[in-house]
Amino acid sequence: MRDVAVVSFAQVPNVRSDSRNEIEMLLDIIPRAVEGSGIPRPEIGFTCSGSCDYIAGQPFSFVMALDAVGAWPPISESHVEMDGAWALYEAWVKIQTGQCESALVYGFGKSSMGSTADVVTLQLDPYLLGPLWPTAPHVAALQARKMIDAGRITELEMAEIAARNRKAALANPNAQVAGEFDVDALLAEPYLASPLRKHDCPPVSDGASAIVLAAGDLARRVSKRPAWIRGFDHRIEPHSLGARDLTVSASTRTAADKAGVGAGRVDVAEVYAPFSHQEKLVVEALGLGGDCEINPSGGALAAHPFMTAGLTRIGEVAQRILDGGAGRGVAHATSGPCLQQNLVCVLEGE
Amino acid sequence: MAERCAVIGIGQTKHDVKRIDVSQAGLVREAAERALADAGCTWKDIDAVVVGKAPDMFEGVMMPELFLADALGAAGKPMLRVHTAGSVGGSTAIMASSLIEAGIHERVLTVAYEKQSESNAMWALTISMPFSVAVVAGAGGYFAPLIRAYIARSGAPEDTGIRVALKDRLNALKNEYAHLQIPDVTFEMIANSPMLWDPIRYLETCPSSDGACAMVLSSEKAAAGVKNPAWVHGTSMRSEPTQFAGRDQVNPHAGRLCAKDLYAKGGIQNPRQDIDCAEIYVPFSWFEPMWMENLGFAPEGEGWKMTYEGATALDGDLPVNMSGGVLSSNPIGASGMLRFAESARQVRGTAGEHQVDGAKRALGHAYGGGSQFFAMWIVAAEKP
Repeated sequence: MRDVAVVSFAQVPNVRSDSRNEIEMLLDIIPRAVEGSGIPRPEIGFTCSGSCDYIAGQPFSFVMALDAVGAWPPISESHVEMDGAWALYEAWVKIQTGQCESALVYGFGKSSMGSTADVVTLQLDPYLLGPLWPTAPHVAALQARKMIDAGRITELEMAEIAARNRKAALANPNAQVAGEFDVDALLAEPYLASPLRKHDCPPVSDGASAIVLAAGDLARRVSKRPAWIRGFDHRIEPHSLGARDLTVSASTRTAADKAGVGAGRVDVAEVYAPFSHQEKLVVEALGLGGDCEINPSGGALAAHPFMTAGLTRIGEVAQRILDGGAGRGVAHATSGPCLQQNLVCVLEGE
Repeated sequence: MAERCAVIGIGQTKHDVKRIDVSQAGLVREAAERALADAGCTWKDIDAVVVGKAPDMFEGVMMPELFLADALGAAGKPMLRVHTAGSVGGSTAIMASSLIEAGIHERVLTVAYEKQSESNAMWALTISMPFSVAVVAGAGGYFAPLIRAYIARSGAPEDTGIRVALKDRLNALKNEYAHLQIPDVTFEMIANSPMLWDPIRYLETCPSSDGACAMVLSSEKAAAGVKNPAWVHGTSMRSEPTQFAGRDQVNPHAGRLCAKDLYAKGGIQNPRQDIDCAEIYVPFSWFEPMWMENLGFAPEGEGWKMTYEGATALDGDLPVNMSGGVLSSNPIGASGMLRFAESARQVRGTAGEHQVDGAKRALGHAYGGGSQFFAMWIVAAEKP
């Protein structure tokens, strides 16, 4: 495997509703990510993005984004209808083939454009689950209920996770929901979808983020301290909620194992857990110890730019390595109902 | 540096206007099971699954790889879903081949599909932007002016498109999977069919189809026991922006650069001579002469002569769309992969009645969006 590193990361501030459209948001971060990489735009060998038509509310919604990323002269470019974290995976694979030395990856989504919690229901099996129309929080609530019943978590722990993430978010200028929340006050709130309360759920966010990857000597030339990708794996589980154990994340465990999470100390981890109970699930599946800082950015509970929240997790870990604040970190991304699909990326400074 | 990649199994569904006999899961499994059987593999031999399709509005399921994970044997494996508009079937195959070339997996199952009877495809294709007036209806409305520009530039005879359509529709009669099969098709039938978007007539237009295509790609090591793999000699993708005023949408720069890059990778010096046959993305008849020029098979302005001379016929010197092409079957998400798969069938010698005798090196081509996304590959019977 070739050595590939993250050499730059940029994101827009995550807000409830960005007055700009997707192209304008990308015009903000793409130049920043490219300039930050030290690699001239024409020399970046591959471009890949992640986004979702149903979030944008129109077909071929990723096409217009090309106008923001500098596609003239024409570029080698692809797109996944998945979180940008999987676009990063595709770009990493492309560099592994030797066909290019660098890649620009971005993800974006304006959840404010519709009712995301309802739209996400369209991910469900259209014959058996979809027609019941359980919205995203209701689906996640089933998993939370199973965890509570199995003695794996309590509503108090869930509130503590929510409060901790949003307190950490105070240090993140790009976070949307940040503040010191009293856990007792949170627990006094009514259920949104029992046993989930509003604080257990992610906010609705508009966002976009971008990462530039570079291989070997190029990375060393352009960056003082590249964030090397030491392991990268992703797995999917059966779709049906009744066909898998919702109280563990088997695919995260497999991906973490294949990515070599346990091969060294983990200073920092960013996990994409849009619902509070899922953070505990994922942290356990990753095999992380108590000495690891979890979600210093505030995670998905502080900002949920759907379709790029996973890429942002990778960027947040990478930035801490680039800045010298961390030596080795793990980033996680998820997709589908109740953590159906999971991606793990291990990053390390040299 | 890259590992070699082989196509060891190919499968596709019978394409039709409505496959009400299968669910989406059934549709993709029909193609995938055929590909596995062709490869002599079972589900457990597959290391990863790469799915490709066009907008999810065509079926009303968002990110359907999630609910299809079980149907495609992906549980416990890596699964990806590519979406690059019309070229997606091609770019999906390229993504899958990259996983082999990078040495990450030994065998990858790749599936592209569309079950567009679940929606109204023409209107799903008609994009309505806020604060803009929609001036076209359907894809043909977008491309007709480009075709008119081609005719003006080249001076091509106005019946060139009809000749392309006749050829592809006759070829489709030799393809058991093709959606549109018109046994009594004639030049006059096509010429007399209703004009939809001048100069595109009804019978010069692709159908709206349900269908899926699947391939099993493997490493050289995993292809060892396979009698007739198709070897990937090169892949390329190029994209250009939508609104840039410097574009030439009639002879797109991205297409020309993509072909140039592909030929360099595949050791192609003279495309017309070095390539035995081609499966290219022709959803409206006139795109055959236009792509002949864009791909460098004919000088600019002369692509129509290849059609006129019969060069692109099944018995010509550069057969094009032996399967009947997109004009005969167009499950949009699958169409690009069908081109890639049909080119591989040719060099494997498994194209049945529409086989080009002695085909050893073939081109697979797909395009999408407003003639802005291009994905291509060269496959050959010999190892690169």
